Amino acid sequence: MATPELMEQMNIVIVGHVDHGKSTVIGRLLADTDSLPKGKLEQVKAFCAANSRPFEYAFLLDALKDEQAQGITIDSARCFFKTDKRHYIIIDAPGHIEFLKNMISGAARAEAALLVIDAHEGVRENSKRHGHLMSMLGIKQLVVLVNKMDLVGHSQERFESIKSEYSEFLTQVGVQPLGFIPISALEGHNIANLAQSMPWYQGATVLQQLDNFKKQAAKVEKPFRMPVQDIYKFTAQGDDRRLVVGTIDTGCIEVGTPVTFYPSHKKSIIKSIENFPEKPINQAFAGQASSFTLKDQIYIRPGEIMVKDTDPPPLCTQRFRANLFWMSKNPMVTGKNYKIKLGSRQSPVVLVKIFSILDSSTLGRETHKQQIGRHDVAEVLLETSKPLAFDLATEFENTGRFVLVDQYEISGGGIVLEALSDSETTLSDHIKVRESGWVHSKITAAQRTSHYHHKAKFVLLSGQNNQQSLAFAQSLEHKLFHDKYPVYFLGLSQMVEGVSADLNSSSFRLEDQLRRLGELARILTDAGLIFIATVPELDQYDVKVLQMLNAPHEISLIHIGDTAPDDYKPDLQIPDAFTAEQSTERIYKFLKEKEIILEYFL
Amino acid sequence: MNPVPNPASPTTHPSSNLDSLDQLEALSIHIFREAYREFKNLCMLWSIGKDSTVLLWLARKAFLGHVPFPLVHIDTSYKIPAMIQYRDQLALEWKLNMVYGQNIEALANKQTFPEGQISRLQCCGLLKTTALKKTLSGEWKRFRLDHTTQKYITDPISEPYTGVIVGARSDEEGSRSKERYFSPRDKQSDWDVGDQPPELWNQYKTDFAPGTHLRIHPLLDWTELNIWEYIHRENIPIIDLYFNKGDGKRYRSLGCYPCTTPVESTASNTAEIIEELRSGKFSNIAERSGRAQDKEDGGSLETLRREGYM
Repeated sequence: MATPELMEQMNIVIVGHVDHGKSTVIGRLLADTDSLPKGKLEQVKAFCAANSRPFEYAFLLDALKDEQAQGITIDSARCFFKTDKRHYIIIDAPGHIEFLKNMISGAARAEAALLVIDAHEGVRENSKRHGHLMSMLGIKQLVVLVNKMDLVGHSQERFESIKSEYSEFLTQVGVQPLGFIPISALEGHNIANLAQSMPWYQGATVLQQLDNFKKQAAKVEKPFRMPVQDIYKFTAQGDDRRLVVGTIDTGCIEVGTPVTFYPSHKKSIIKSIENFPEKPINQAFAGQASSFTLKDQIYIRPGEIMVKDTDPPPLCTQRFRANLFWMSKNPMVTGKNYKIKLGSRQSPVVLVKIFSILDSSTLGRETHKQQIGRHDVAEVLLETSKPLAFDLATEFENTGRFVLVDQYEISGGGIVLEALSDSETTLSDHIKVRESGWVHSKITAAQRTSHYHHKAKFVLLSGQNNQQSLAFAQSLEHKLFHDKYPVYFLGLSQMVEGVSADLNSSSFRLEDQLRRLGELARILTDAGLIFIATVPELDQYDVKVLQMLNAPHEISLIHIGDTAPDDYKPDLQIPDAFTAEQSTERIYKFLKEKEIILEYFL
Repeated sequence: MNPVPNPASPTTHPSSNLDSLDQLEALSIHIFREAYREFKNLCMLWSIGKDSTVLLWLARKAFLGHVPFPLVHIDTSYKIPAMIQYRDQLALEWKLNMVYGQNIEALANKQTFPEGQISRLQCCGLLKTTALKKTLSGEWKRFRLDHTTQKYITDPISEPYTGVIVGARSDEEGSRSKERYFSPRDKQSDWDVGDQPPELWNQYKTDFAPGTHLRIHPLLDWTELNIWEYIHRENIPIIDLYFNKGDGKRYRSLGCYPCTTPVESTASNTAEIIEELRSGKFSNIAERSGRAQDKEDGGSLETLRREGYM
């Protein structure tokens, strides 16, 4: 017996102001399409009888006790029903402002939206706010249901006036509705069948409209984008494959295709597309949760975006302009550290500037606000601590949008409008201010060099084995000290427990520690010392940050390990097998060659 | 095991259009991979039923044949015996890290509904909810399958599981329809329905204050019909209690034998079950109608769920 063909499935969200009748519309849809499980209707009816209250369709959805008591939808609930054309998951989103984040959660996974407006009450604040958010959430198909037509005598005039008022609003926020339908959910009018009560309306019923929504096709034609979700190696289970996994956003890819990972710009070639339990396949495409092996074993981390070499690359900058909405009770403020999640990338981010805040009910733009409050929509300038790979939201949906995490909570969401130049960052601004205010000593650097018989230098050791780096650094300090050079070694724990003790340990980040290390290096090299420190591992952006902070003095980058760092060139590389003595000898020789310690002194 | 030979599923997709099952599968795998990247002490609940067996199948797809976390089963001792047999057989065959827990004390004191001491709901509370909480927290003994001896031994690891992957589906009943894919619980396993974290697009809450633990729901968007269509397509070896073997009865939902009754049905393979759900006798009857504990109080499953029932 063969399986009959699968039916199409579509997620629809239903939004609108509180009490405008969203749950009643869904209850009707379920009843009129005969989609109610028998058990459920009886259960709710029995519950109503037992609690002496009249049965309402809305109760079918507001299945939780809390909500029945308050009579409002608190959280987005999913309902399932089907027409002859497809299966629907209807997401009932709460209309109360208090539960906006729940409405957003519901709407963010929908492919189309029904927005309900009460004909009697007319367009209200959340009718507008929800309409505006639909566009930011990326929902392109929107239909407006003007409900409770029974309360306005099924008046065409009233319907037309709401239609014109609300259309005008939607145009301003860049939303093009597919249509307006006058309905009475209570009476079931224009839901499944056109009603006698409104002969002036001859358009689609709600049911027909649902079936008219178009299924978004997987974007196979677009350039390839896949945020790398993780790298697996199940060696313990006897599996030697190194798997790069992720869900493909757009495009398709074949075995043998050259790819680049952003923002690291590392390159490789697709060796295989793995599959389970079936054999490897030749091609993978948009929408699939995929697994790849690569020809060259490059070191990449989750969070990079995999792109085909022949496709236009994503943008890579630290600064970008974005539109965002804020959901947290704590306002978003400039200068504070937040976390951005874009694709599979997580990175520290700061709000540099608020261009404007849009009041969604009046559509007024405020440009003088200093912070972004709960439920505000704002246009802002954001800056990450390292370049972020992304696309513009107008071109790529998934790599063009992001969420912001404050402490542990997702507090905001947004879309990227424009990449901005990195020539000015908060770091470069900071250094400018710092240097212009620097009180210079009467003793010059040249005087110190001749007095100490060496040049001031920041010697930074890095390598995957931190214990080893530490031992080498201490051995080097010992040797230089023994030879009477002014030298100081700083361990990372003095940094973490001392200089950075004021940092909240829950928000500990390597970026913050590096920045403090750079500031210390600036002071200690200014004092004319040879300053030695170790860090676990570095990338080119870390190096750049340290160089900027330590300027005008320079850094000697010593890498310990047999494999060279793959995105910057160290000044000296020490093999893994070296002992502390050998390493010290080698670094000592290097310092002499570079005339950092001056030969004639010995 | 599935007695019906299945038309072989193609190894490559004929076109680049994902059908509704492909889309559900991709989202579930995505959620699995997010969970595995972000959380250390993960486990997955396996009730032996069709949903969590589909979940197990999806985990093997997500991790290319491996299941890199333990599977936890709560054995009430009233499970239909064939369920335990099937569990161990599959655990050995698929090399699963299998762990079970049990309310040893309540069973020793005969504090159960079948022994007449307490109500059905109280029995669920003790044998399932409490046993689950204490097993997850590591306060009670866990038993781990030793693959060499094929016997269960006391698990030396008692670290709490802080991320629990569960096969809940939102079409099961009202309270589940409001769940998040990543759903935080506090230390007491309480679920604050009114104040859940937002989930935007494919971004989930993955940052947690110490002490919170979380339920992860990769199957949230699947319906009962989707589950059967997928079992059929993938030829997943589901336990045969779901099929009629000639007496005109089969189980639609599996639980403890004193509280779960088979339904009248002649469906003897996955294709017949799909037909029954699509247009046949079950197209309008709730799945859990054979579960007695749901009917004892108006709040039903929601009461159990707030207290930590899965």
